[in-house]
Amino acid sequence: MEDAARLLQLVVNGAAAGCIYGLIALGFVLIYKATEMVNFAQGDIMMLGGFLAFSLIAHWGLNYWIGALLAILITAAFGYVLDAVVLRRVIGQPQFAVVMLTLGLGFIFRAGAGITWGYDSVGFETPFTNKTVNLGGLVLGQDNVSIIVGTVILCGVLFTFFSKTRLGVAMQAASQNQLAAYYMGIPVRNIFSMIWAISAGVAAVAGILLSPVSMIDVNMGFLGIKAFAAAVIGGFGSIPGSLIGGVIVGVVEQLAGYYLPAGFQEVTSNVVLLAMLILRPQGLFAERMGKRV
Amino acid sequence: MRYVFRTNYRQDLAAWRHRGDVFWYSLLLIVTLLIPMVMGEFYVGELGAVFIFAIAGVGLMLLVGYTGLISLGHAAFLGIGAYTNSVLLSKGVPFLITLPVAGLFTALCGAAIGRPTLRMSGLYLAIATLAFGSIVGTIFQKWTSVTGGFDGFPVPTPYVFGIPLDNATGIYYASLVVLIFVLWLSTNMLRTPVGRAMVAIRDSEISAQSMGIHLARYKTLAFAVSAGMTGLAGALFAHYVRYLAPDAFDVLLSVQFVTIVFVGGLGSIRGAILGALFVRLLPQFIAIIRDDLPFGIGRMPGLEPSLFGLILVLVILFQPGGIDGLWLKTKHWFQAYPLKRATGGRRQKSYARSERLR
Repeated sequence: MEDAARLLQLVVNGAAAGCIYGLIALGFVLIYKATEMVNFAQGDIMMLGGFLAFSLIAHWGLNYWIGALLAILITAAFGYVLDAVVLRRVIGQPQFAVVMLTLGLGFIFRAGAGITWGYDSVGFETPFTNKTVNLGGLVLGQDNVSIIVGTVILCGVLFTFFSKTRLGVAMQAASQNQLAAYYMGIPVRNIFSMIWAISAGVAAVAGILLSPVSMIDVNMGFLGIKAFAAAVIGGFGSIPGSLIGGVIVGVVEQLAGYYLPAGFQEVTSNVVLLAMLILRPQGLFAERMGKRV
Repeated sequence: MRYVFRTNYRQDLAAWRHRGDVFWYSLLLIVTLLIPMVMGEFYVGELGAVFIFAIAGVGLMLLVGYTGLISLGHAAFLGIGAYTNSVLLSKGVPFLITLPVAGLFTALCGAAIGRPTLRMSGLYLAIATLAFGSIVGTIFQKWTSVTGGFDGFPVPTPYVFGIPLDNATGIYYASLVVLIFVLWLSTNMLRTPVGRAMVAIRDSEISAQSMGIHLARYKTLAFAVSAGMTGLAGALFAHYVRYLAPDAFDVLLSVQFVTIVFVGGLGSIRGAILGALFVRLLPQFIAIIRDDLPFGIGRMPGLEPSLFGLILVLVILFQPGGIDGLWLKTKHWFQAYPLKRATGGRRQKSYARSERLR
């Protein structure tokens, strides 16, 4: 009985961590689907979102919810500007130029955050810190539960946005076929920048949800590497796939940390990623596409 | 201005474009041979490190600049070469055997990891090599019985024909010899059908395939050769640092290698060497001006990686040809002096090539 409870505890912790990976992966996937770019700085944008929330809530003393909302909006605006000013210029260069560009941007963000907020870990008081919730005898930390609930709510919001609103449908159209979208009068460039804004906003949500569990520091962007595993499992083009992939990576990582000798936990996500790429590179939820010559 | 007027198809394949090249490169070789006699120990050591990075840079240039594949895991290959060389040396194998063995073993590792991952498009390859590099880094840390883990691994002194290579000058000449070998190998490889197949794959996979090029074979070959050269660089790197620590071979080093290739100029062997010079000498330059920088920027931790990031971003945005492209443009400007055209160096309009439908 104790083992089962222990297992469940691990699974919940893993799922919470996995939701964070899934949210970062969601950002990759949104941008990839639309522009075929991969944003290696996604983890660093999450870090910026976390630090912004820290400034607004802990320094300026704003209410948690208002501060979090503001941080998300500012990060989203930052994502928009990033695309409009920097990323738009490299369209047409080889794909690995974009990879290196975003990697370089990640280093710059890290240094910028280091100058602004310092290199120490920081944290702020959230409504979920150090509280537990009792679910039928199972005691869980509210911080972990808040991550899972927050992710589910965010996914619901995004799903409604993409399927019901005019802007969301325009985004889907621009992602599927740029040229056709242009002909239909959709301002594709602007839409792409908005997609960057959404994915930066999602990254900020991940940073804020993560803050009660782990402290915010300059190097938290390296979580982005684990999120690649999540995105690849999901097939790098499927939004629900990236979230499920994230949860899989998170749970496997927790279980590996508990049942396998030390050192395995750090490499689990990478091993899962490589195995996935070798065995099933199209991912679990790939859309089938072919080319007519 | 010199125009090479081609009268023969063989001229396309010639190793030297014209006599001027032979003269200038011979002069450069003589200067590099003489440098240890006039410069101090410190500068000779630093130049040796530049050569080591240039070896790895040439290897990565074959992969990124000529085959169009990206690797973010080359630090792992450097590490594999370094540990193979040092472990074999400590078992008593002579240096002249451990060096090629380190290169060959790393090339084998490259082929082994390349074969399954090269089916994927550029983006997936970047992610896969990133993961591979991180796994190998962890193996270096945890496999303590071989690598010594975080205690480090003291590298034995190598002997070549009874002469110990225990000072900067020895490493300098050893690196120079390997660098010349690597340059000889890569320039000749690029003149053969193998090199042309690689360039064809870079320019368009589909058309290369329809010309009868076996994609997987040539990609794996390019990956293996690139890894092998990096392994050679690793073997020399071990002697340069003298004490192997597992955390030296991390993602940052891989990014530095790719920076060499991008800053030097994609698609130019000369660019790899210029890039290595730049990447190795920039930290030295920072160290010199550190105290004179305003606002205490010089004492900021993490200054170097961020500067590398900034340079990478600026090069990709504003100077995609890198240092080599800048040099060509300048040369052209002077050669054509009063007749220079404003559009001469401008890129032609380019469009994104979709990798989605393959």
